Amino acid sequence: MHIVVCIKQVPDTKNVRIDPDTHTLVRQGVESIINPFDLFAAEAALRLKDRHGAKITVITMGPPQAETALREVMARGVDEAVLLSDRAFAGSDTWATATALAAAVKKLNPVDLVICGKQAIDGDTAQVGPEMATFLDFPQAACVKSLDLADQHHLQITRQTDEGTEVWKLPLPALITVVKDVGEPRVPSIKHKLRAKKAAIPVWGAADLELAPEQVGLAGSFTQVVRVFSPPRRSDRILLEGDATQQAEQLYDLLKAAKVPGI
Amino acid sequence: MKALVDPNKCTACGVCEEVCPASAITLAATMAQVSDDCTLCGMCVDTCEFGAISLPEVGTGPMANLADYRGVWVYAEWREGVLHRVGSELLGAGRKLADKRGVELSAVVLGHCLDGIGEQLLPYGADRVLLVDRPELAHFTDEAYSGALRELVRRERPEILLAGATAIGRSFIPRVAAGLGTGLTADCTELDISAEGLLLQTRPAFGGNVMATIVCPHRRPQMATVRPKVMKPTVDPRGGRIEPVEPPPECLQSRVEVLEVIPERDATARLTEADVIVSGGRGLKKAENFALLEQLAQLMNGAVGASRGAVEEGWIDPSHQVGQTGRTVAPTLYLAVGLSGAIQHVVGMQGSQIIVAVNKDPNAPIFDVASYGVRADLFEFIPAFIRKLKQEQGG
Ligand SMILES: Cc1cc2nc3c(=O)[nH]c(=O)nc-3n(C[C@H](O)[C@H](O)[C@H](O)COP(=O)(O)OP(=O)(O)OC[C@H]3O[C@@H](n4cnc5c(N)ncnc54)[C@H](O)[C@@H]3O)c2cc1C
Ligand SMILES: Nc1ncnc2c1ncn2[C@@H]1O[C@H](COP(=O)(O)O)[C@@H](O)[C@H]1O
Repeated sequence: MHIVVCIKQVPDTKNVRIDPDTHTLVRQGVESIINPFDLFAAEAALRLKDRHGAKITVITMGPPQAETALREVMARGVDEAVLLSDRAFAGSDTWATATALAAAVKKLNPVDLVICGKQAIDGDTAQVGPEMATFLDFPQAACVKSLDLADQHHLQITRQTDEGTEVWKLPLPALITVVKDVGEPRVPSIKHKLRAKKAAIPVWGAADLELAPEQVGLAGSFTQVVRVFSPPRRSDRILLEGDATQQAEQLYDLLKAAKVPGI
Repeated sequence: MKALVDPNKCTACGVCEEVCPASAITLAATMAQVSDDCTLCGMCVDTCEFGAISLPEVGTGPMANLADYRGVWVYAEWREGVLHRVGSELLGAGRKLADKRGVELSAVVLGHCLDGIGEQLLPYGADRVLLVDRPELAHFTDEAYSGALRELVRRERPEILLAGATAIGRSFIPRVAAGLGTGLTADCTELDISAEGLLLQTRPAFGGNVMATIVCPHRRPQMATVRPKVMKPTVDPRGGRIEPVEPPPECLQSRVEVLEVIPERDATARLTEADVIVSGGRGLKKAENFALLEQLAQLMNGAVGASRGAVEEGWIDPSHQVGQTGRTVAPTLYLAVGLSGAIQHVVGMQGSQIIVAVNKDPNAPIFDVASYGVRADLFEFIPAFIRKLKQEQGG
């Protein structure tokens, strides 16, 4: 079985903000981390490998420094990595990103399963996985909590929905996106760390994926950002005064006046 | 490709250099210069007060039959027999867009045994409800649902298609957009329309620290998902009509076999639907103290949430976790008790209408997002608030 895991390097959101006074982006201390959900994607793949044996390839599309993220995942036991990096990829929306990733999966064929995170914490769209599945013509399942092979050709999964869970059976090849319930990501081992450090990671550009310049990056995108701004601050903040009992009374009155259901 | 600087407008003031997260802008003698490190994020564009910076245009030009697309559509979510509230909320938003464009507003329902469902949507401003009532759609699967919706869009060509950013919407709507070859903006919090008919889609990015307005200039339909409880339904009956539609069976095929649907009216489910959420963090000190929040939640007919801090302590089941790796919620009232308000928590609840922070540390970041700040010991405040509630409810 060949599993492809898609990971993304994202800015650690807790450090990204726009200074409300100067309207400038506060750059200080913005580190890159692996999108947390993608570590769960890698863990899901590794658990399948532990149980049934598999080859796992991790891919990311990003700037040259995204290679660090690939090595970090390899240090947990992933076999191979490919970096999709090309100036032409700049400005990709989810459509263009999914186009490049799907082309990479085709180039890595045969692939039995693609695992993505539920969403990336920078864009938060949760669109890249399902869009890739469409381009690959794979069946898909989003928000998968647990998974295992039903037999050689099928995956059985449990997925989270808004009102509970569902159990689905998908024929392979398929694409799934995972949530944290698939299992806590393992820590890197010394053995795999050494291997990851030395591993050669091929870099593929648009031409390697047989994609024309107008299919990728900004040219291959449909959505355009026209404005970026800081969210308006909450203007309605009231700090209550007095002891706990007085504050409780005040809060009750405020919530009553705001017609909060249940009050 | 990189951001474009107009030499006639640029004053070399240097603001963009400060703003660029990729450090791709440097100042030359008379104007800003953009290096190949530019990621086209657009951050500089809005901060340039001289309007000197722009991004190159997306795409390779408009699709040929752009003008053939007319009308606003709302995908009204139906699940296992009931309509989700987001459908009527989106009709409220869709009505305004349709009126500005002078076009019809349609709701689309996919499901099975839909008798009476169309009638439930008509009061919210729809000129028309399209019903696809097929056994293949009795349970949700991405392929059948996206196949059906795609087929309808291909036939009728709406210019705008809105859907709820629910578990179902976020799963299959990208498949609809990808199959149609159009753009999709996720989780919008605001929608408007420009004079030229461009849908202005505003959404939070970078964990809610930044807002971005996005358009889809060259493709149709313009597609967006919107979180539940963000838009308001309006009662606006127009004597609309109900039209059953029958897509060809090949559009409804799915390779997925649904083995089981297990509705859990458990914490997680209640969390996303609840009007009131009482959430606790590390400040609760031990598992038993969650009973206090439980009691308060019950009095207000609400649900109990938790920070990852409290979950990691093992005081409460992970299904209660709100935040980046937990649930995203947007209730009418979010009562944050003894939790600090780390950004990973805040991104999951900042859409709430009223946020109350209860914390004894007056500098806790949770107060930055609070509508009402209670600076007190929770073990004094919560019992006092419960007493007050009981007294009012009893009397
Ligand atoms: C990748 C990643 C993802 C994450 N995802 C999430 C997520 O989904 N959800 C989430 O919640 N967190 C998440 N976190 C963790 C997050 O950063 C914080 O660590 C966590 O939210 C802190 O929990 P807390 O507020 O309960 O605890 P603390 O930060 O310890 O806060 C406890 C608060 O209680 C107050 N307090 C103590 N005693 C009392 C009292 N008697 N009365 C009143 N107030 C009192 C204290 O003043 C303090 O402010 C994530 C972190 C990472 C790195
Ligand atoms: N540039 C990228 N490279 C590799 N995988 C990606 C990339 N962007 C998104 N993904 C995958 O798609 C998932 C959803 O991302 P998003 O649609 O951006 O929320 C992520 O969790 C990743 O698994």
